[in-house]
Amino acid sequence: MGSVGAKEVPVLLTPDGKRIDGRHLDDLREIKIVAGALHQADGSAYVEWGANKVMAAVYGPREVHPRHLQQNNKAIVQCKYNMAAFSVDERKRPGLDRRSQEISKVIAEAFESVIFVEEYPRTSIDVYIEVLQANAGTRCAGVVAASVALADAGIPMVDLLPSVAVGKVAGQIVLDLKKEEDNFGEADMPMALVPQSGRLVLLQMEGHMTADELGRSLDLGVKGCRAIYEKMKQALRDRYETGAGPAAGVAQ
Amino acid sequence: MVRVIPLSGRYIPKPSDVVVGTVTDVQTTFWLLDIGAPRWAPLHMTGTPWKMDVGETGQYLHVGDTVVVQIENLDATGRIGVTMLGDGLGKVDGGTVITLSPAKVPRLIGRSGSMIQMLTQKTDCRIAVGQNGRIWVDGTSDGIERVREAIRLIEEEGQRPGLTERIAGYLGSTQGTSGPLAPTPGPARPPFEPPGPIEPGDDEDDAGPGPF
Repeated sequence: MGSVGAKEVPVLLTPDGKRIDGRHLDDLREIKIVAGALHQADGSAYVEWGANKVMAAVYGPREVHPRHLQQNNKAIVQCKYNMAAFSVDERKRPGLDRRSQEISKVIAEAFESVIFVEEYPRTSIDVYIEVLQANAGTRCAGVVAASVALADAGIPMVDLLPSVAVGKVAGQIVLDLKKEEDNFGEADMPMALVPQSGRLVLLQMEGHMTADELGRSLDLGVKGCRAIYEKMKQALRDRYETGAGPAAGVAQ
Repeated sequence: MVRVIPLSGRYIPKPSDVVVGTVTDVQTTFWLLDIGAPRWAPLHMTGTPWKMDVGETGQYLHVGDTVVVQIENLDATGRIGVTMLGDGLGKVDGGTVITLSPAKVPRLIGRSGSMIQMLTQKTDCRIAVGQNGRIWVDGTSDGIERVREAIRLIEEEGQRPGLTERIAGYLGSTQGTSGPLAPTPGPARPPFEPPGPIEPGDDEDDAGPGPF
């Protein structure tokens, strides 16, 4: 049932089970995480995930503007996910669109469920996610970057929030789709996991899957999240074990 | 119950901390101060050495002014009460504010104040250290720059041993960098004195709006 309409549908899966970039079905792309990549923000992180490049900055807890948004018993979490005009092949019209508003909302809600918001009443924790280069899975890369940035900002959380997309490509359940697989595949399901409790705090899906496939996708996604979780912890260790100086290898 | 002790991040106020803040808003009976904490801290007019009536707050502190205050109380809703009554507290004029991670402030002060004493002496600057990581510095522009550089060193290398020696080395080595042709420093500045109470109309600028 593959997607039709495009001129050339690339070969997404070879007969011996290799994907378009040579990965196996359950392989992640290469992930590089740098904690504390920015100087001015309270916390920050930079993530390179395959061809995705995402920067996240966290400010707060700080005063809420406009005032009427403030909650007298907890902090609010505000998130802005934005794609740079140059992040995709065809120039993207800059600014808010329906897609970025939706992603900002689901990410903010995911973080609100892991941050100890009750500790900072009447304040706002602001998360900015800038996608510099996109190649499918940017919201997951954004969640990972934002999560490390929140930890770097010293904001108390239940846990870090690893995130990954699972999907169905050429009839197979695969982990961490790249652009061609996302465009020509049958389904795409981003998720974010709280590793300590096994709770999913972000789950979306586009496309079609059977109930059995959904179950297998969830298992595969959880496995992927746990692998990413280790990389996130390592990024934070790298920043703080070598002394709380600026992250190594990042120009200040 | 889970508790998290962050290694970095915003300043979390503690009672009796002395902090350096910036006036961000003037109300009829209080000012709001940005002290780098999660929330702005109200400084009520009764917490100052000045006698004033309601509505006269604008004659004493303007938006953008720098003040040295002490955390007095914290309540469960996160409100931060500060006072300007006490030794070393008050408004500071001139100078500049340098920021440092709040976690590094103990390094800047040094054991029983050794580091900050050395900085003050070797740069001939007046320095007020806030526990919130904001440091007010006044002196010659050369002196301020050297304090700024020293604070940068503390920020980056604060966790390595022998910090005081390295800062002493830095301050010693740069003392003569401008060479013999450098203009002789002006009359020695008075050491930092706690700014005493000031009267409204003390300086001519008071008539106009704040400096910002």
